[in-house]
Amino acid sequence: MKYAFFPGCVAKGGAPELYDSAKIVMERLNIEVVELTRASCTGAGVLQEKDQKMGDILNIRTLAMAEEMGLTMLVICSTCQGVISQANHRVLKDSKYLDEINEVLRDEGLKYNGTTKVKHLLWAIIEDIGLEELKKTFVSELKGLELAPFYGCYMVRPSDALEFNQYPNRENSLELLIESTGATVTKYSGTTACCGFPILFINQENSLKMVSNHTGNAKDSGANAIVTPCPLCHLNLDGYQPKARRKNRKDKADMPIIHVPQLIGLAMGISKKELGLQKHIVSTKDVVKKIEEITL
Amino acid sequence: MEVKLNIKRFDPELPSDNEWWQEYSIQINSNTTILDALIKIRDEIDGTLALRCACRASICGSCGMRVNGRARLVCKTRVESILKNNEPLNIEPLGNHSIIRDLVVSLDSFFSKIDQVTPYIVPDSEPETGEFIASNESMENLLTSMNCIMCGVCVSDCTVLEVDNKFIGPAALAKAWRFVEDPRDGKKEERLRYLNDQDGGIWDCTRCMQCVEVCPKGVAPMDRIMEMRESAIESGNKSTSGYKHTESFYNSVKKHGRLDETRLAVDSAGITNIPRLLDLAPIGMKALLKGKLPPLIPHKAEDKEKIKDIYKKVEEKKQ
Ligand code: SF4
Ligand code: SF4
Repeated sequence: MKYAFFPGCVAKGGAPELYDSAKIVMERLNIEVVELTRASCTGAGVLQEKDQKMGDILNIRTLAMAEEMGLTMLVICSTCQGVISQANHRVLKDSKYLDEINEVLRDEGLKYNGTTKVKHLLWAIIEDIGLEELKKTFVSELKGLELAPFYGCYMVRPSDALEFNQYPNRENSLELLIESTGATVTKYSGTTACCGFPILFINQENSLKMVSNHTGNAKDSGANAIVTPCPLCHLNLDGYQPKARRKNRKDKADMPIIHVPQLIGLAMGISKKELGLQKHIVSTKDVVKKIEEITL
Repeated sequence: MEVKLNIKRFDPELPSDNEWWQEYSIQINSNTTILDALIKIRDEIDGTLALRCACRASICGSCGMRVNGRARLVCKTRVESILKNNEPLNIEPLGNHSIIRDLVVSLDSFFSKIDQVTPYIVPDSEPETGEFIASNESMENLLTSMNCIMCGVCVSDCTVLEVDNKFIGPAALAKAWRFVEDPRDGKKEERLRYLNDQDGGIWDCTRCMQCVEVCPKGVAPMDRIMEMRESAIESGNKSTSGYKHTESFYNSVKKHGRLDETRLAVDSAGITNIPRLLDLAPIGMKALLKGKLPPLIPHKAEDKEKIKDIYKKVEEKKQ
């Protein structure tokens, strides 16, 4: 499989372990990628607050580049997935709007015809590679491990832009992945909730309450770790967990937050160091130890 | 076929153990709505079950409830459409509302928030002809929000209301937008200033899209909130950290084609806001030690000049 790869700013900035672990896992799965180095940031829905059309132009520009290459676009961030899907959805619904955007892109010699598909690595694995194929790369089943899924808003809403009707597995893609590793899916209130990152700098009190609720709830429900396909959720749930838990639950940050490719890598038996598990703010030691006990 | 409904019960008159889950089995066909099923339970099995409904045709907005964790109008949802492997459906009252009994919630706080946004037209002057004439186009634009049936479904699943009941919330903010945009209203600027400055105003929304997903009438409250953020900025409301956040993001992409995370944190807090910056510092230090601080020199998209050209072109057109 070959994709036009759009890693996103956070995987190349605040969460380098996501980029590194994704690269390793993709190689193991024979996923060939061409990185879209000319692409811009998606705007993450924030730039769109000031100017939605500007955001749409930037994202359609990226989609046009992937279209030119004749490849499906691969992302490793829920927010990238959602923001690009929404822009795509808007132009596919409104050809006049697409014409206006193409007009701006003309100077650069680009034109978007509306054919590019955008897939998060998690979806690409399920839809293009297949979980059975994935399982063949695992060294052993992670029996006894309890993992709590945390999707990130942009991977679950709005369901029409994400084409849930056409791809019904997307709605439980993360649960399917967790089950494929042999681990148990933790049922708790955070699965499709908001991590609070978008208001971290605006209303930190509320943002931290969300972090504390979700990580605390995962713990109370017996999870060994939270797994997320979104590096922004990771930033908030991991980076701000100590402060959030101290403030709202008067306890310690003890819920490790694992990126999707890190989980796959661990099941493949790849070392914790290569997967960057030591780079997290909340220690991953206990959960890694538990996994090592199972896989060794 | 037979299905099971697991219903959250609440009886305020019981001295203790006044909350419990109760399971009911009933026969349905493929057209049975959840509301039909609940009425059937009340009529045939348990007369004590309290629920609220009126039109049964998704017009009155009375029958909002949470089904399997997601708010919906139960008259608009067929049982079969959400049944999975014949597992029982979990039915609870709306979230973020106080509960009166079983599935009936109080709408007091819902309407006090609607009141908070002055939900009526405040004209600047008397109309010349005895009535204000508004064009068809200007009214059509307002239809999204005017379709609201005040069912409280969006409020139930709003992530911010879950942690902060000062937030004005999706339904009332969508209502506020309707008056901000109405050409007959004379208080647009005052409205925007209030919604911008107010604790719990437009910048407190996390953009989680719950309200867009669950609203049965296509009101898309979050989209209305985002339009008001754009309008508030255009009207010169630039004091909030929300504004600084989006402005910084916009400029980071303009300059580098990419996001500059360090700049973003500093700009959102405000460079002179020492307490807030100190507040951000501990996590910065920890991240640095772990080797993952966002690079101080932002990454540059190879084609950043092309991106600057796009900005220029779009910004020129706006003026
Ligand atoms: S998008 Fe905003 S208003 Fe809507 S549910 Fe989420 S936080 Fe609430
Ligand atoms: S905006 Fe939609 S969900 Fe919210 S009260 Fe109005 S109709 Fe109900």
